[in-house]
Parts: sequence; structure tokens; C-alpha cells
Amino acid sequence: MAFEAALETVGDEARITLRGELDASSAPQFKELVEKAATGGPQRLVLFVKELGFMASAGLRVLIFARQKMGSGVVIYVVGAQGPVRSTLEMSGFHRSVVLQDEYTPT
Amino acid sequence: MERIDTHATHLYERYRIRAGQPYPFGATLVPGGINFSVFSRHASYCVLVLYERGARQPMVEIPFRGLFQRAGGGEPVWGEFRIGNVFTMTVLDLDPERIEYGFRMDGPYPRPERGQPGIHRFDPGAVLLDPYAQAIGGRDRWGSMPDWDFPYPHRGRVVADDFDWEGDRPLEIPLEDLVIYEMHVRGFTRHPSSGVAPAPAGTFSGVREKLPYLKQLGVNAIELMPVFEFDEFENSRFDAGAGRWAKMNYWGYSTIGFFAPKAGFAATGAAGDGTMVADELKNLVKECHASGIEVLLDVVFNHTAEGNENGPTLSYRGIDNATYYMLTPEGYYFNFSGTGNTLNCNNPIVRNLVLDSLRYWAAHYHIDGFRFDLASVLGRDPWGAPLANPPLLEALAFDPVLGKCKLIAEAWDAGGLYQVGSFPAYGRWAEWNGKCRDTLRRFLKGDPGQAGAMAQVVGGSPDLYAGRGPTASINFATCHDGFCLHDLVSYDGKHNEGNGEENRDGADDNHSWNCGAEGPTDDQGILDLRRRQMKNAVALLLVSQGVPMILMGDEVAQTKHGNNNSYCLDDELNWLDWSLVGRHAEHLRFVRQMVAFRRAHPALRNRAHFQYRDYRGSGYPDISWHGTQAWQPDWDGRVLAFLLCGEHAKNGGARDDMIYVALNMYWDALPFELPGLPAGKSWHVSTNTGMPSPRDIHPPGEEPRLADQGTCLVGGRSVVVLVGR
Repeated sequence: MAFEAALETVGDEARITLRGELDASSAPQFKELVEKAATGGPQRLVLFVKELGFMASAGLRVLIFARQKMGSGVVIYVVGAQGPVRSTLEMSGFHRSVVLQDEYTPT
Repeated sequence: MERIDTHATHLYERYRIRAGQPYPFGATLVPGGINFSVFSRHASYCVLVLYERGARQPMVEIPFRGLFQRAGGGEPVWGEFRIGNVFTMTVLDLDPERIEYGFRMDGPYPRPERGQPGIHRFDPGAVLLDPYAQAIGGRDRWGSMPDWDFPYPHRGRVVADDFDWEGDRPLEIPLEDLVIYEMHVRGFTRHPSSGVAPAPAGTFSGVREKLPYLKQLGVNAIELMPVFEFDEFENSRFDAGAGRWAKMNYWGYSTIGFFAPKAGFAATGAAGDGTMVADELKNLVKECHASGIEVLLDVVFNHTAEGNENGPTLSYRGIDNATYYMLTPEGYYFNFSGTGNTLNCNNPIVRNLVLDSLRYWAAHYHIDGFRFDLASVLGRDPWGAPLANPPLLEALAFDPVLGKCKLIAEAWDAGGLYQVGSFPAYGRWAEWNGKCRDTLRRFLKGDPGQAGAMAQVVGGSPDLYAGRGPTASINFATCHDGFCLHDLVSYDGKHNEGNGEENRDGADDNHSWNCGAEGPTDDQGILDLRRRQMKNAVALLLVSQGVPMILMGDEVAQTKHGNNNSYCLDDELNWLDWSLVGRHAEHLRFVRQMVAFRRAHPALRNRAHFQYRDYRGSGYPDISWHGTQAWQPDWDGRVLAFLLCGEHAKNGGARDDMIYVALNMYWDALPFELPGLPAGKSWHVSTNTGMPSPRDIHPPGEEPRLADQGTCLVGGRSVVVLVGR
């Protein structure tokens, strides 16, 4: 499935929705959105990944990049991670650096 | 400002390239591309071979010397990308996740046929794995049957080294405070009873899920049996009768690459992504550290998976056979490892490879220490003679990056060099104390005249390590090699028929005793004795000075059915059976409490040997020896007792209770006259292996007061530990 990524800003929240397969060829597109989101100085970055079927390490690295780019004051939510995406997050240990949720509920 | 070295100077087909950097060796991500660098002293020609991941045929082969297009256009030019003996080139615009790479090499020498000796073994038909490859593809899922005709079976991959450590550092726990758990990554959670989901079962992630168990056990270091890439199918064969593969290389003491974690040990291995595999292991290390557990790696630098002159050309022998291996003048492989070849560890190139590898694991994986398989090989010169001052061992001991790493030698090799007590230590090296193991076993089974030898073990083997201290001694009763604890007390002889070598393999000097029947029995008396003997062994180990090591599975009394060399069995015999946590709960409780006892008592964890005198003015020497009569040891018997003075704990740096230990390996109960305590203190019973659970051991602080403060009756083949407070 082709990769799609969309950014919207809601108040002090940046929301990025990811669909399809996030691999080395699609990661730059995601990274661009993260950079764009960061310029608005959001308090929260919410990633909706329910329809993301696969994430390669390039995708994971953009998440790490986002973590570093946003700084520790920004909470990152990863919402709706399923199957292989969820296990990729867990095995790499990244799930500890973000808030994993099935449905988005800001805390 | 933009760097100018991100621009190509040359073109080869559609690939943009430029001269590379010789350091570091291997494939390194650099701005705009990947830098490749490989050493060969004797090769005259080298080609970089690039593949799409998993592809049978290369996407391009770029020579390090030849005619190239200029990046700016114009006539082709002659170019050579080599500095000294290092071939190096940067290829721009490669996607590190999608490529695999190798090298072809050739040299101006005769090419010996397979099976024939040869100093040089160049084979331009083979694609060679980079000795510095940080990830290796080809065996991405454990046990997934390989395509035997695949032209390049073990394939170099590139790793992005940007793992988020979040401030993690190696723990640097003092060696004397360590309790080591020797374990196999796959075996730990592969058993269906582990409760780990199928994908992570048997992987680094599986170990991570089970860290609470290890924390509860109380160990503060895990020693992972080999995790460098190896081929589990090496020397395997399909057993048609059983319908499965037999003689797998399960243990993994056969390294293919010294910088790459075993992909088949990673749940992420199936994704075919080197960085993910690396990150999975890094994540395990990070979480171990968060749980207060160090990670030690069992590393195999004595030989490689290429075997002897009949073995496959995978990497080293095709790159520079004469550099990497110890060879006879005729070109046969010296075999000090017992596995076909011997890595030429005191050649300066190989020495640097070993150092670079260990530095890499320490710096990039935050590994806390290393146990060196057949480490005596590392002290031999290129012709096999033992060196008085081996440069590699010295370099490791003084290396700045490894400065706080534990260095543990298996201080012998398969060529007859046995260096327990004499391994060149440089104030740094500890040893697997094989003599401790043998003495402990002999004493345990009641061999006469072992009390004196056992006293040395109790003291951290000052007979072996005078001047080096007890921390030079890694104490163990069992390890992966030899009987497990259950079998040590259940079998007189080995039963290795399952290995398919008619019981010829494996050691014969096991110092084991079956307690009255060989193997399984329903004789309750024998079963009770075995249970007690297992507890005795654990107690002997944990009240001795030095660094105790426990073998995975021994804490739940798992059996290997008498197999003392289970290297080739990828099945329930080797996998930890988690149902034993419930079924052998009594033994597990004892082990946990014994570890807790050790960790609660600094008097058991001295950095220096005992001085056998009172240097604290307490009225008691740091250690005193006793027998059935106080102050009267009998060095030639089956009985030993000792008193540790708590004022001398940590060589006077800490205060502890008085600790009295009575070891009665005689078959009958004996009364032990207790040494007197300072006024106001009384004896409390911590441990009595002669009592049924839960009175066999009491948690620290909950020990009941001993009724008779003058004499303690110690059952036959039992250990009693008292605390005076």
C-alpha cells in the first residue's frame, strides 16, 4: 500500500496521520512533516498509526528524530499501533519514550 | 557550510564514488553515502560487491582499481582506491537499509584446492563477508532452512548507530559483588512453557520480557552464551527418522562475524534489517541496566566458522588467510581450538580486530564485560607457542575503552595449555576457576581428604590467586559445558547418545555422584538426598569468596538427562522449562534465598584475600577454621567449618554479622561445637539444608535463634549457616 502522511495542527497539538508502509523510501516524507510540525512549537505531537501496516527502521529513526527534535517537554503520542508496528516499537524499546494508546486520550 | 566530501569524484556505471577513509574499517554511514574499508596485506585486487537486500545476484561490482568515468565528464581515468593495505571507497546515494555488501579478492599466489594446504587461499569466485560487518544477513530466522546453493550465504549489512540510550551507562558493579547467571538467549524463553509469544520466544526480546524473573532470582549479571553471528546449521544434518534437523550448532561457539549480533536471536531478525537487530539487543542491555543487571558476553576469538582446509571460504581465509590464521609451514591450520582452525590472535592485524570488536561492543552496546572462550589461545604466538607476555592480553587489560569492563578468561585451550591460576592477568583478568569446580564437586560427593582443598575455595582460592584477590576467581559448580546441577547429583557417567556420537563426546572427569541410582528413580531416599545435595552445592558456591556463577536452569533443578555436552541439541533438553518454577519451587526458593543471603552479607564479598589474623581489634581473625570441635579443623576429612568475623567484612570497610558455616559432607549427622560469640550476640539459623523447606533457609533478618548456643547438630551431607548478632 502506498504511503500517505498528513499533518494538521489543532491548538497546541500537532497531529500526523500515517497510512501504508513506512520504509526507507517513505521516511523522508514523514520526516519533513515532523520538521514542519516542530516549527509551530506544539505541546503535543500525536501520531495516528492505526492504518500503518509496516514500519522499517528508517521509520523508527524518524520517530527518534521527532523525539529529539521536539525536546523532552513535548509529549509524543502514538495512537492505534497494531501488529508489526507495535512489536517494532516494543522490541526497539521506543515505546518507553512515547505514550502508546489505542484511542487518543490526552493526559 | 556544505562538506565537499559529499560529492563524487568518479562514476562507475551509475554509481557515484570517491576515495574513502581507511578508518574505521567496515561499512560506515557518512554524509551522503557509505564508506567501505577493508584490509588485506596479500590481496592485489579487490572488488566491492553490492546487492539489493536478499538478492542472489549483485546489483554492481565496483573494483577498487581500474578505469572510471570522471564525475565532471570527459575521458575515463585510471583510478585506485587504496591506502597501504587498505582498500577504501565511499559510494554515495546508497540506501543503507536496502543493500548488502561483500568483497572479492585475488592475489598472485597458487590457489589450493579444497582439502589441500595453502598459505594463501584467494578465490575470486567467492564473495567474502567483511570481517568488520556490523550486521550479517542470511540466517535471519533461527532454524529457517537455508538455500545451500546460495552464492553469498552470510551477507554484510550496514547499521545506523543512533540508538536512543536515554542516559544509560554500563553499571560498573564491583566484581566482588557480582552474582552471574550463565544463559543461552534462545534457550531462556524458547520452551512453550515460557509464556512468551511465539515471535519473541527465544530472542533478545524474550529475555527482556523475563527480566523480572532474573531480578527476583537476585542475580546482577547475565552472561550470554555466544551472540556473535554464527550458523546454527554448521555441521547439521537432517534426521529423516525424527523429521527434523539434528546436530544443530545450538551453543554457537563458532563465530562468523565479530561485530554482528546473531540475527536469529532477534525477533526483529525476520525483518532483514541489521539496525533493528542491533537495536533489539541494545534495548535488552538498556533494560537489564535499568533492572540493575549487567550484561556479559561469552566471546569466541579462538577460531572462526571457516574450519580447516576442508571448510568453506566465507571471509577471513579469502581475504588474508596468512594473516588471520595460525598455519603450519605447509599451510595446514593449527588446531588449538579443537574446531579446525585457530585465529592468529597475536598477529598485530588480528589483535586490532579483537580490540576493535570488544571496544565496539563496550561502546556501542554498553556491554559490561566479556568471558573469553578458550582464552589461552589468545596467549599463543603465531606458531602456537605460549607467550610470557602476550601482547593481546596485555592490550585488552590496558585498553582505555575497556577500562571498566570485566575480563574473564576460560584459562585453558584444546591444545593442552591449562592456565588456571597462571593466566597472564595484568591486574585485570579474572578466570573461570575450573579447579574450584572440581574441588567443590569432590567435596560435595564426600570424597575423603578434600576439606583442605575446599577451604581454599571458600577463601577465594588464595592458592591460585595470591596477589590477585578473590575476584580473580569466577566460582562455579556447573556451567554450560558439563553436567548441569541436577545431573551432577543424578548420574555417575555421561549419557550423550543423543548427540549422535555413540557417547564418545563430552568430558569423562565429571566428579559426579548419582546418590544411589543412575538417572531417574522413584526411590524417595535417593530423591531426597539429591535435593539436599543440590542445595549443598548452591550453598558451597554462595558462601565462598570470589564471584559465583549459576547456570541457567540449575535454579529450578532442570535435567539434561545425563547429557554433559549438549552443544548440538535445539530442543527441550536445552530450553529452560518454565513449568519447573512451580514444580521445583522449593529448590528455586532456596536458590533465591541463598543469593539474597550473599547479597545481604558483605563479609562474603571481599576484594582481598583473608589474612587469617585480627587486624580490626575485634578479638577474631577475619576468618577462622573449625571442625566438629571449635578451632580444630581437620584438613583431611569430609568436614569443614569456618567463622567469618563481621568486623572484617569487605576487608574492614563494612560491618556485618558473624557468619559461621558448617559443611558436613560425611554421611552421618555430626555435632559441631560452635565458637563463642562476643558478649550480647547469639547464633541464629540462616540455612540448614538438612531441614525440609521452608526451614531449610530463612530470609535475612528472619533467622530463628538457635536453641543450643554451644553445639549444633549438622545432618549427614548437610550445610548449616548461622549468623551471630
